[in-house]
Amino acid sequence: MEKIIQKVKNLSVGFKSQKGKEISILKNITTNIKKGETVGIVGESGSGKSTLALAMMGYVKQGLFTMGGECIFNSSNLLAMGNRELEKVRGRKIAMIPQNAGQSLTPNLKIGYQIDEALKLHTNLNKNERDKKISELLNKVRLPSPETIALRYPHELSGGQQQRVAVGMALAGNPDLLLLDEPTTGLDVTTQAHVLELLNFIAKDTGTSMVYVSHDLGAIAQVSDRIIVMYSGEIVLEGPARDILKQPIHPYTYGLLKSIPKLSLAGLPDSMPGSQPQPGAKTKGCSFYDRCNLAEDKCKKNSPNLEYVSELKTSVRCFNYKKLIEQKSEKQSNIKRNEKNIKINEILNLTDVSISYAKQKLLDQIFNKITDSNPTVKDINIDINKGETIALVGESGSGKSTILKSIAGLLRTKEGNIKFDQDRILSNDLKKRSSGDLRAIQLIFQNPDESLNPNHTVEEILAQPLKLYFGLSGEELKNNIIGLLEKVRLGKFYLARYPRQLSGGEKQRVAVARAFAAKPDVILCDEVTSALDVSVQAAVLNLLQQLKEDFGTTYIFVSHDLAVVRAISDRVAVLYQGRLCEIGPSKNVYKFPSHPYTEVLLGAVLEPDPDIKPKLVAEDIVEDKPPEKGCCFQGRCPRFLGDKCKNETPPWQIGDNGNAIRCHINIKDLEKKQNGN
Amino acid sequence: MFFLIIKRILLGFITLIIVSLITFVGTEVLPGDACTTYLEREAYGAALEACYERLGLNVPAHERYLSWAYNVIQGDFGYSLSGQMPINEVLGPRVKNSMVLASAAIIIGIPIALILGIVTALWRDKLPDITISTVTIFAMTIPEFISATLLILIVAIWLEWLPGIVIVPTDVTITELLPNIILPVIAIAMIMTAHMARMVRSSVIQVMSSDYVQMAILKGVPYWKMVFKHVLPNALLPAINVVALTIAWLLGGVVVTEVVFNYPGLGRLVIESISNRDLPTVQALAIILASIYVSINLIADLLTLMLNPRLKTLQIRK
Ligand SMILES: Nc1ncnc2c1ncn2[C@@H]1O[C@H](COP(=O)(O)OP(=O)(O)OP(=O)(O)O)[C@@H](O)[C@H]1O
Ligand code: SF4
Ligand code: SF4
Ligand SMILES: [Mg+2]
Repeated sequence: MEKIIQKVKNLSVGFKSQKGKEISILKNITTNIKKGETVGIVGESGSGKSTLALAMMGYVKQGLFTMGGECIFNSSNLLAMGNRELEKVRGRKIAMIPQNAGQSLTPNLKIGYQIDEALKLHTNLNKNERDKKISELLNKVRLPSPETIALRYPHELSGGQQQRVAVGMALAGNPDLLLLDEPTTGLDVTTQAHVLELLNFIAKDTGTSMVYVSHDLGAIAQVSDRIIVMYSGEIVLEGPARDILKQPIHPYTYGLLKSIPKLSLAGLPDSMPGSQPQPGAKTKGCSFYDRCNLAEDKCKKNSPNLEYVSELKTSVRCFNYKKLIEQKSEKQSNIKRNEKNIKINEILNLTDVSISYAKQKLLDQIFNKITDSNPTVKDINIDINKGETIALVGESGSGKSTILKSIAGLLRTKEGNIKFDQDRILSNDLKKRSSGDLRAIQLIFQNPDESLNPNHTVEEILAQPLKLYFGLSGEELKNNIIGLLEKVRLGKFYLARYPRQLSGGEKQRVAVARAFAAKPDVILCDEVTSALDVSVQAAVLNLLQQLKEDFGTTYIFVSHDLAVVRAISDRVAVLYQGRLCEIGPSKNVYKFPSHPYTEVLLGAVLEPDPDIKPKLVAEDIVEDKPPEKGCCFQGRCPRFLGDKCKNETPPWQIGDNGNAIRCHINIKDLEKKQNGN
Repeated sequence: MFFLIIKRILLGFITLIIVSLITFVGTEVLPGDACTTYLEREAYGAALEACYERLGLNVPAHERYLSWAYNVIQGDFGYSLSGQMPINEVLGPRVKNSMVLASAAIIIGIPIALILGIVTALWRDKLPDITISTVTIFAMTIPEFISATLLILIVAIWLEWLPGIVIVPTDVTITELLPNIILPVIAIAMIMTAHMARMVRSSVIQVMSSDYVQMAILKGVPYWKMVFKHVLPNALLPAINVVALTIAWLLGGVVVTEVVFNYPGLGRLVIESISNRDLPTVQALAIILASIYVSINLIADLLTLMLNPRLKTLQIRK
């Protein structure tokens, strides 16, 4: 039998409520981590993943306490150790790679110092040897020119580089166990794929065991040998990664997998109703009862135990798991999206739009001249049809939000114009737009926490646009508000709630309702689902689609998640550094990506399937400025042609599938090459 | 960064010019002028003319402002009205005395504030924090004129340990001055120290709960090393500006305290010259106080800029 290096036994962690009640957030967790294996811990936010990972280092966050159980490492219980002893384990035997490396590196200390600190603490090397080791570690995590990186401060690195430094620092003590808490969340798709590939390499190279915590089954699928699924502080499913992903035998995991949009499938993912119970909310019965479609009476009265199913080598906490084994061959039944009734009536025309963040010099301001020759966003030409959903995709910094802001009138365009309803040019200046135009274009933001006023009730939030645009009051106003709430599937009793009393998904629904209150023609959605859990995301996507079909609204949908875009959009525009690379019907762009950048992006998408590996065709360098001339993608293009791409702006070409791309290589050749891959 | 410093200094100058303009215009707009005040009921006819002639008040206002400003730049504030002596001579010892008072308060207050702030943050919600925090919050709420009066009452009148009122000539030497200033210094330092300690406390607590401190713990960095390397530099950086503001604010406290203790400093001079309508002196004081204010903030900004790697590189890159 393989050696077990960390044994978690009956671990319960909790906190004391204000009333003095003890509330558990980890309930009786038992599991083992074997030498050399990578275990993925997955679950929705609030399921206790990070708390479990931290406990494996003997660390319990402030405000929490261990209610029982132990974490045994090297035959001693970490949770009973004093700080002195723990200092010898942490970083040396067990190391942590944090979620947000940008915030986890101390801002006033140089990268080199922070790695050196770990080396000083955990090795006996002298100064020279340590310096060499620092370069070696930075090299190992594939950072360019380690010597200069070591002299930089954390803020002088990109997100991906910071994450690599964190990995390097964790490796400094040569640990037996690496804990990774959402190490790639918040990184761009391409960067994420590269970091995961690096982690896989390190796991193989050093034989270190890893515990990989993430809400993203796509990432988990790429790295894990074994998967633990957590729900409401309990393990509900545990077993070999492949089996769990291919045949999830717990209804929660089953629903979770189905709520993830996939690249290969058009249409919206199934959503799972409801949300995770709050800690301390429930004591009797199965914690998944409210959301489960296999639930029976006995589930309400008794809590299922974690049962080991020997033929699948899987442990499952469900009375009815056998039903899921039986329906094994069921195909994913994605909800069909209504793709037809798109009228070819244009509602918005973006013509030669350029947007610059550069500050104007005083003289230019006086003459009202804009001189920035290399603006953040340049030459955007998009005609948007009434009733369609057009998506803008690209990595962070590609100018997606910038374009949305200028359509909304929050940012001035430098050149070009935006025409509305084919007949009038929208003013550059928000104050000069007519009330009708303001009403017609509404915005929904990524983070409802920031966009909903915390001091207003839901009723007040929804009343604002109704009063402003339609002058409603009294009974009529109230009825309209209730109507809106029903539209987004929230009941009357939400009227008096404040945003803080709503879950993330509910908040986003209120934000959606507020946008629809104005009866807009166009809704701009900026990463509206990226802050949400997958099951909630699926519900919000379905809601948006339903509303659109009811009202014939046009969506401009910005997202970095290509699978989400695939699910919701009719047409997609791919942006790099504020320049358009490819635009076309979603089904064709995804099936026959032609532009090299689209190829890179799609290749890097992580799917929750261990058999689909990401293709890494380009480096994940971060460019902080678009190139002055030539093709915008020249810096990273895997098909770079040399001087031509450097100096000449590539022409638009339209392929047989209706995709338009901007590249010097003939579109036919590109299609051939990529299918050959 | 060089340009930034230049820009800041220029901005400081502009502030001073504006302050001087405001005081100048203010004194112009007020009914009466230096001569009518000085001559009182004889302010008519030839005597008034002569006074105008002597003080140069018969030229247009903007010319007077320019010549006044020109003299100020050369360090000459003109003549005080009441004392009929050069303002520079009046100001010199007063500035020195106030500086002694303020610097004593700062030298004692800042280290105590830092220590209290750090101790309360590190032992948050434990006994040291609860005791110290109660005392600081209490100290913060008592205005100087009350604490000063109480100090006089208890230490000087009941216990008779120290003199309650400072009775020394204006041009006293520092060694003679020192025993007299213990009570005023305590009165000034109390509020300031309490404010800064609270601010340091919340800053340290915030950094202690940051991701990078959690990371340092998980890296196995020993507690005190973590405190000194990872926590304090990041927690105290934002404190610099607050300290500057507190010092600038202390100027106001100095005025009150000086009056209560009858201390021969700038603060008392402000009150005296206002009640005497000694306009040239008031103008000079306004400029001096404003320059202290501006330069303290300038120094704080530059310090922050130099110590914060983030701002440093940003500026160099731009
Ligand atoms: N206020 C600003 N001042 C200067 N530059 C800015 C500003 N806001 C954004 N930028 C720059 O403009 C570019 C595009 O920004 P934008 O936020 O639109 O990108 P995005 O694609 O939406 O990125 P993300 O996915 O991170 O939201 C980036 O390079 C960014 O650094
Ligand atoms: S025990 Fe019942 S409620 Fe719980 S997951 Fe299984 S079927 Fe659903
Ligand atoms: S024009 Fe050149 S650099 Fe740009 S995408 Fe095409 S091949 Fe790549
Ligand atoms: Mg954005």
